[in-house]
Amino acid sequence: MIPDFGLGILAMAFIVSLFAVGAAIYGETAHKPRWVESARRAMLLTFPLVTLAALLLIYLLVSGRYDVEYVYSVTNNAMPSYLKVTALWGGQPGSLLFWAWLLAAFASAVTLRKWERDREFLPWVVVVASVTLAFFLALIIFFENPFARLWQTVDGVAAYTFQPANSLLVTPADGNGLNPLLRHPGMIIHPPMLYLGFVSFVIPFAFAFAALITGRSDDRWIRITRRWTLWAWLFLSLGLALGARWAYDVLGWGGYWGWDPVEIAALMPWLTGTAFLHSVIIQEKRGLLKQWNMMLIILTYDLVIFGTFLTRSGVLSSVHAFAQSAIGPMFFAFIGLTLVSSVALLIWRWPSLKAEVEMKSMLSREALFLLNNLLFIGILVVCFWGVIFPLISELATGQKVTFGPPFYERATAPLFGALMALMAIAPLSAWGHSTVRTLGRAIWKPAVIALAAPLATLAFGITNPVALTGFYLVGLVVTVTIYEFWRGARARQSAHQEGFLTALWTLAGRNRRRYGGYIIHIAMALMAIGILGIEVFQTETQKSLGVGESIELAGYTVHYDSLAQFAHTDGRWVTRAEVSIFKDGVFLQTLAPRYDVYPDGQPMTIAGVRSTLADDLYVLLVNWESVSASQAPFKVYHNPLVNWLWIGSAIFILGTIIAAWPEKERTATAGK
Amino acid sequence: MKSRNIFLTASGLLLLAALLSPPSGVQAQQPTPSDDEVNAIARQLYCPVCENTPLDVCPTQACKQWRDEIRLRLAEGWTEEEILQYFVDEYGARVLAEPPRSGLNWLAYIVPPLAFLAGAYLLFRAFRSWRALARQQAAEAAPPPATNGKDEYVARLEEELRKRG
Repeated sequence: MIPDFGLGILAMAFIVSLFAVGAAIYGETAHKPRWVESARRAMLLTFPLVTLAALLLIYLLVSGRYDVEYVYSVTNNAMPSYLKVTALWGGQPGSLLFWAWLLAAFASAVTLRKWERDREFLPWVVVVASVTLAFFLALIIFFENPFARLWQTVDGVAAYTFQPANSLLVTPADGNGLNPLLRHPGMIIHPPMLYLGFVSFVIPFAFAFAALITGRSDDRWIRITRRWTLWAWLFLSLGLALGARWAYDVLGWGGYWGWDPVEIAALMPWLTGTAFLHSVIIQEKRGLLKQWNMMLIILTYDLVIFGTFLTRSGVLSSVHAFAQSAIGPMFFAFIGLTLVSSVALLIWRWPSLKAEVEMKSMLSREALFLLNNLLFIGILVVCFWGVIFPLISELATGQKVTFGPPFYERATAPLFGALMALMAIAPLSAWGHSTVRTLGRAIWKPAVIALAAPLATLAFGITNPVALTGFYLVGLVVTVTIYEFWRGARARQSAHQEGFLTALWTLAGRNRRRYGGYIIHIAMALMAIGILGIEVFQTETQKSLGVGESIELAGYTVHYDSLAQFAHTDGRWVTRAEVSIFKDGVFLQTLAPRYDVYPDGQPMTIAGVRSTLADDLYVLLVNWESVSASQAPFKVYHNPLVNWLWIGSAIFILGTIIAAWPEKERTATAGK
Repeated sequence: MKSRNIFLTASGLLLLAALLSPPSGVQAQQPTPSDDEVNAIARQLYCPVCENTPLDVCPTQACKQWRDEIRLRLAEGWTEEEILQYFVDEYGARVLAEPPRSGLNWLAYIVPPLAFLAGAYLLFRAFRSWRALARQQAAEAAPPPATNGKDEYVARLEEELRKRG
């Protein structure tokens, strides 16, 4: 009963969103505002409908209705209730429903804004949001129904939406349970954050599309969606950071980023989104790059859909899996359709989006921002090509090829380095016009101060050129950014006779986007320290130890003390070693690396980690080799400076929140 | 005649020995390779089943067998290149962390830098045309009043804050 009801509600939401599309187009083209209003209300209605469907699925998950195939595949009796709720995004159909629910929520929120100043955008924003929603609802209803039940037919047990002839409902006593790797707190929050980021980017795209179709060539659409875009970017960044932390904690290979296509799928819209966030500032300030901004937001939207497609269609395992999957071709068609229609619109409006002024100098702030865009797009090309090429190769030659970290690292490292250099130079350049002389005058002091970073590195006896260059760039970004805060506050201090701290506070409070952005730059520099630490200085060793034996690595001694094996109350079989960590003969602490085997045979490796600002000692009990109390294999990683990556990530999120936070005073002034 | 027979037998035995020996031609058995020596090679390999997981950290049984195979061949005295080549011959080029630089695979390495250079060139050309236009406009307009660098910065900052505040 409930499963049928849930599917019915989804079908209603699908029809309502199709109606919204039709009514909005008809109302706008036939000049009947009542139809547009009706479309707006239809859009609003989709939210309670999809919410109800999601709640019904959550109810089925929590109440253990194993006759529903999705409930059977992602939950079991042993799972606590909160995990059963999060199982909503633990599998394909639930994830798609969650995606649709977020979109319905955002689209409804947008329809509730005050539309007086830009009424002409409304119908087209509704059209874009509703088309996207209808697409996802269609995928759910026709191909990935989370409410399908298990039926016993003559051919065996299978999931069907409707009862097949001569069949009996099957209700298993227990379910399969969620993949243990997905039970980690990082993995519980990571997908919703990523999805929030993905889905939020639909809204700026909808406004861009509306601006194109209505022919409004000013920056109104950008101003309306500025904060949306920042929040979208925040969630995407948070999703990526949580994913990295999750990988570091539970995947057991001593790293945080493996250049896996699924990771890259989430990185690609982040890259274009970041380029977009920078280049819209040029449009706002100088009236330049209107066409380019349109291209970037179209690209970001389609990369969001493409990212979902990559992770959901099975195309990554093989092009043949893609052909066999029902939703793969649907996604492909949808991406093609949206891309072609938006690009056609852009070409149509191309002349009206010409720049209002010309760019004067190659060293002006806007020129450097454009260079930043080139670098981000350069990284995107490497990522896109690395993901796509194996498919091309498989289609052309029948041979699959692998693109592992060496390919991406070699190709993107110089680009990331150049981005760091730009982060240091651009804040010192002026809008409109800068010369080598003005820029040189502004940068020479920070450039000299920043030399302290590579000199300190040299003092530690490190002569690796990559590390020295990297640390110099980090030093330069941090110095320039702090200098910018100082310079702004001093200028304000002398102009308003304020105290330094008051001046700093007012400055940052009045221009949150700029100073939030600067905090993000400092965060990026700190993250770069962590990345350099692992990329350049990571060392590792593996050895099978008897009790009482030790491994040496990077000045540390890992001493194998004991091993315990026991059953956990939730059914896991835990194998837990205890090792003592010494440095230069001094005892530091005991670590307990372990691995758990879940009742369904799924293993999970949890490293024992000693973490400081200087380095992490990451000890794994290697579960893939034979383990016994007398002989256990350990893998030890020494990860210098990796903690700065997490510290940088936290500051990054803080900076983005500051940049995205609504500016009260401005709203008050605007209202006057 | 007898000496000829001895010669033939010896040649036959030598030939047999050459055929049976490992490809590197190393005769003696090596000491058991350490985990680190095995991992140094395993790190560069990807099994066809466990996508995007390097062999040195892959927990599956199949990957364990591959590592055992590496250990065995190292013990037999094979070099790193020979072992990598052996896996490529057996399972195809996809076992390598990067496609070999040959045939269609060249595209993998050439396209990103070419695309980047094309983008840089387009950007450079756009800059040049913009600058020419801006110079032309500037020549027609009156020169801006001379300002001290620092005052200009304060004025700009104030202007921005005034706009926002």
